[in-house]
Amino acid sequence: MGITENISDRLDTPLSPGAQQDQVLKNVTDSLVDKGFVIANVDKLVNWARTGSLWPMTFGLACCAVEMMHAYLSRYDLDRFGVVPRPSPRQSDVLIVAGTLTNKMAPAFRKVYDQMAEPRYVISMGSCANGGGYYHYSYSVVRGCDRVVPVDIYVPGCPPTAEALIYGILQLQKKIRRTGTLMR
Amino acid sequence: MADTQQLDSIGASITEGLGNAVLSLNVIAEELILNVERNSIVKTMTFLRDDVNCQFKQLMDLCGVDYPEREKRFDVVYNLLSMTQNSRVRVKLQTDDEGQVPSVSSVFSSANWWEREAWDLYGIFFSDHPDLRRILTDYGFIGHPLRKDFPLTGYLEVRYDDEQKRVVYEPVKLTQEYRNFDFLSPWEGIQLDLPGDEKSSSELDDVKLKKPND
Repeated sequence: MGITENISDRLDTPLSPGAQQDQVLKNVTDSLVDKGFVIANVDKLVNWARTGSLWPMTFGLACCAVEMMHAYLSRYDLDRFGVVPRPSPRQSDVLIVAGTLTNKMAPAFRKVYDQMAEPRYVISMGSCANGGGYYHYSYSVVRGCDRVVPVDIYVPGCPPTAEALIYGILQLQKKIRRTGTLMR
Repeated sequence: MADTQQLDSIGASITEGLGNAVLSLNVIAEELILNVERNSIVKTMTFLRDDVNCQFKQLMDLCGVDYPEREKRFDVVYNLLSMTQNSRVRVKLQTDDEGQVPSVSSVFSSANWWEREAWDLYGIFFSDHPDLRRILTDYGFIGHPLRKDFPLTGYLEVRYDDEQKRVVYEPVKLTQEYRNFDFLSPWEGIQLDLPGDEKSSSELDDVKLKKPND
C-alpha cells in the first residue's frame, strides 16, 4: 500500500535526481522483485507518459521557427524532455505555431490541426501567433491563431527566446498533469 | 562602384543603338537610369542584353511603384546587371491601370514571376505573359494591396466556424482602429503656441533672433 501512495504522489510532481528519487525507484524495484507487479493510478500514469513524450508537429511559419530550432538543438536539447519534432500531424501530440499565420495559410493550418489525434495541444509562440502582433492591422494576417484553433499555452515575445518556449512547454506539461484525464 | 566615365560610355552606346526609344538617360549618384517608352521595353531589354558594349545578361529585379497623383500612376522598374562590364543599369517606364506593358519574360525568363508579383500587388497588366496569375496573395483575393489607395487592413478576415467546420471569410471587424498619431493635437504633441498665449511665443521668437551678446 505504501508503494501505491508513493508512486501516485511522485507522478504528480516529478522528482529531481537525488535521495528521494532513489528511494522511490528502490521501492518500485523491491516491489517488482517481491511481487512481480506495481500498483499505480492509471490516469496519473497516463499523464506521466503524455508529459514525458510530447511530440510537436514541425510548424515553423516565420522567424519564431529559428528560436524553436534553437530549443531543439544541442544547447537546450528539448529531447531531454522527450520533445521530438515530428514531420506528420498524425504522429504529433502538440502543435507549436511558430510565426505569423496568414489568411492563405489558415485553412491548411486548420487541416493540420484536424489531422492530429486526440489528445492534442496547441502552443502559440510569439506575438504574431498570439494576436497578429506587428501585423495586426495587415490585410493578409490572421489576428491570432486562436481564431482558427483552440490554444493551450501562449508564449509571449517577438520572437520568444528558446528558454521562453521551453518554459511554455513545461507549463503545458504542468497543465496536462493538472487537467489530463482518460475521460473525453 | 562603376566609375562615371564608364557609365557615360555605356549610356552613349545605348542612345546610339536605341535611338528615340529612350526618353531620357541620366547618371544619378553613379547609377545609370534609363527612361523608356512603354511599348519599346522588349526592344530595349533585348538590346541591353545582346549588345556587345552592354551585355546586361541578368535581370536582378523587376518591380512596380505607385504614384497616385500622377496620370500614369505606375512605374515599372527593371534592374539589370552586366557581369562582363561590371556595371548595372536601371530601366524605368510609366503606365496606368488600364494600359498593358509588354512582358519581358521572353527576354529574361526570371521576369515571369516578378511580373506576376507586380500584377498581383499593383494590378499592372503585362501583355504576352505566359501565365499571368496572382502569386502572393490569398486565393480569391480582391484588390491590389500595394496600391496607395488600398486600405491597410483589407476587406476580409478569416476565422474557423465551428458549425460549418471550416475556415470562413468575413468582413474585417476591428476592436480598435489603427492609431494614426496626430502630432498637431494639443493632447499628443508638443505645441508651442498655447491658446491665449500667443504673445509669449512671439516674444520667444524675438529672443531667438537676438544674438546672445546683445
